[in-house]
Amino acid sequence: MNKELTKKLSSGHSTCAGCGIPAIVRTVLDEIKDPVVVANATGCLEVTSTLYPYSAWKVPYIHNAFENAAATISGVETAYRVLRKKGKIPGQARDGSTKRTKFVVFGGDGGTYDIGLQSLSGALERGHNFLYVCYDNQGYMNTGGQRSSASPYGANTQTTPPSKIDIGNEIFCKDIMKIVSAHGIKYLAQANVAYLEDLRRKVKKALAVKGPSFLLVLQPCTNEWKFPSSQYVYYGKMAMETNFWPLYEIEDGKYILNNEIKERKPIEDFLKGQGRFKHLFAPKNKKTIERIQMMVDKKYGELKCLTGNKGCQCDLEK
Amino acid sequence: MDKNKLALTGGAAMAEALRQINPDVFPVYPITPQTPIVAAFAQHQADGKVDTEIITVESEHSAISASVGSQAAGARTVSATSSQGLALMNEILYIASGMRLPIMMLVSARALSAPLNIHCDHSDVMGARDTGWIQIFSENVQEAYDNTIIGMKLAEESQLPVMVIMDGFITSHSVENATLLPDEVVKNFVGEFVPDSSLLNSKDPKTFGTLALSENYFKFKIEQNSAINLSAEKYAKLAENFSEISGRKKGYFEEYELANAESAIVVLGSTAGTIKETVDKLRHQGKNVGLLKINFFRPFPHKEVAKALDGIKNIAVFDRAMSFGTYPPLYTEIINSLKRVTGYELRVTSYVYGLGGKNIFQKDIEKVFNDLEKDYISQEIKYINHE
Repeated sequence: MNKELTKKLSSGHSTCAGCGIPAIVRTVLDEIKDPVVVANATGCLEVTSTLYPYSAWKVPYIHNAFENAAATISGVETAYRVLRKKGKIPGQARDGSTKRTKFVVFGGDGGTYDIGLQSLSGALERGHNFLYVCYDNQGYMNTGGQRSSASPYGANTQTTPPSKIDIGNEIFCKDIMKIVSAHGIKYLAQANVAYLEDLRRKVKKALAVKGPSFLLVLQPCTNEWKFPSSQYVYYGKMAMETNFWPLYEIEDGKYILNNEIKERKPIEDFLKGQGRFKHLFAPKNKKTIERIQMMVDKKYGELKCLTGNKGCQCDLEK
Repeated sequence: MDKNKLALTGGAAMAEALRQINPDVFPVYPITPQTPIVAAFAQHQADGKVDTEIITVESEHSAISASVGSQAAGARTVSATSSQGLALMNEILYIASGMRLPIMMLVSARALSAPLNIHCDHSDVMGARDTGWIQIFSENVQEAYDNTIIGMKLAEESQLPVMVIMDGFITSHSVENATLLPDEVVKNFVGEFVPDSSLLNSKDPKTFGTLALSENYFKFKIEQNSAINLSAEKYAKLAENFSEISGRKKGYFEEYELANAESAIVVLGSTAGTIKETVDKLRHQGKNVGLLKINFFRPFPHKEVAKALDGIKNIAVFDRAMSFGTYPPLYTEIINSLKRVTGYELRVTSYVYGLGGKNIFQKDIEKVFNDLEKDYISQEIKYINHE
């Protein structure tokens, strides 16, 4: 494998074939030229990269628990500030040195939207210098694919199985971007593992701000979305091209849309071929797909409105 | 007048010790009755007397989580809590000890809900007794100060987290005279913290908090257990050193009129003070009574306790906590200790007292000594003031 790519996260970890998490981690870490400390919430990335006595991490790394990665990095970052003043950082002068250690958290959607939300909120509010990267695979994939508050409407998950009377997950997912943005942080962005150059650009911007920054990266999961392991990039692309997962940034409170689709593809193009949505293609669920399409268009319209674009149909314009 | 002799609350005394220790990071969340520690320390920090960064986190769970991060980064880290706060930290207490991080937690011991109660008992710290933390109890303000200094050093020497415990309100909020050591003496005693490894060392990157399967997991836990057992000797040595610099005797426990006692009470924390008064009074009346006050609860010094209690006819063990469905914690430890004394006839009664801050008076203690004298020994748990 490419030596540059494996400089910080080596090969030999045990993520599933066709998992995009390592690509996200490597892209993020590759943009960091300074020393870096990684904190990681319990989840797929953690269990596949740290099986004792091995570790895939070639940079300092800490896993504490599921819900506290942001609190953990708060402690690390604060320790850094105190020890730097005292000249106690190995290889870094007391002052004058331009080298500054960077702090990055990786957490899944469970560790971010759900159990880790309080810890994340606290760390954002206190203004620690760190980048929080949520790899969002829309459910508890490490425990067999249960519903999280990031799971999409209509999905078949282990805890929301469809039945004669049930369409699967009946809740539209939480808007974590708005929640994070409400903390007034300087930079956050929605990205997608299928667009690594876009992610790379966003990492660079995120690291440039003082205080916390946040990246929400879509990570199509071959195992639990149930598609062939060769296709995570394909489903990432479909998510973008259907406007299911638009790429955008919120910089100093200002929304910037990164990809305007001239003509979005129908949502079916994203849904079809994924085992978790298979049941929606039964004739009786036609309305459910229509409903999903309606929500995608509504949310995208709202986003366009927030970016200041004319011609949207959402309520915000009025 | 001794300028180091001050009238302080337990909270302020612990904060004085922290000022002298000058920790690097102090992540903390407010809960009664831990607040006097933090209020006093925050003032020291605001006045520029320490280099410490206080992180005012959004919960106790985050206080201990940030402590883990900070300590793993090689910073000397302390926190403080009580009651529900300690219970909320529980998950991460195991992680801190499993990762061998020498964090010091100051605890103002308080009852646990439900029903809600803010007053003193030992339910919170007893709930954390199996988390792999060293636990040191304090009888009064002086001991709260002393143990904070010893606790910091012990944590770092054992590479294990330490809980220094005082009784909520009774000690944390009561003003007593305490003699402080000069700053330089404390600084010399605790020394500079040099971490074994640090997250901030990018030249030697380490992975903290790995996943381990059965074989290695079991091995880790056995090694962790020997580490905490070994900390007892380290404590004994530090206690001796501290006795030398302070002139105050320290050790696993304090024996008060115990040598030739026929009846004895075993206790933790502030109630030892009331028992000492009672012992004095009864001794004056010619009764052979004594007290064993346990300071070092985890790891428990079974062998030494057995030796101290050997030959005493009747014993009452006082617990300020329940262990629902079985005998309370200190009683269980004493029974386990006495098993080592060959031919010892078990004449030990369990007394539970003072839950939720319920007062205990000399007359209650006299009654227990009277029962012991009359050989009223029971296998049933007795509740003081709730017969």
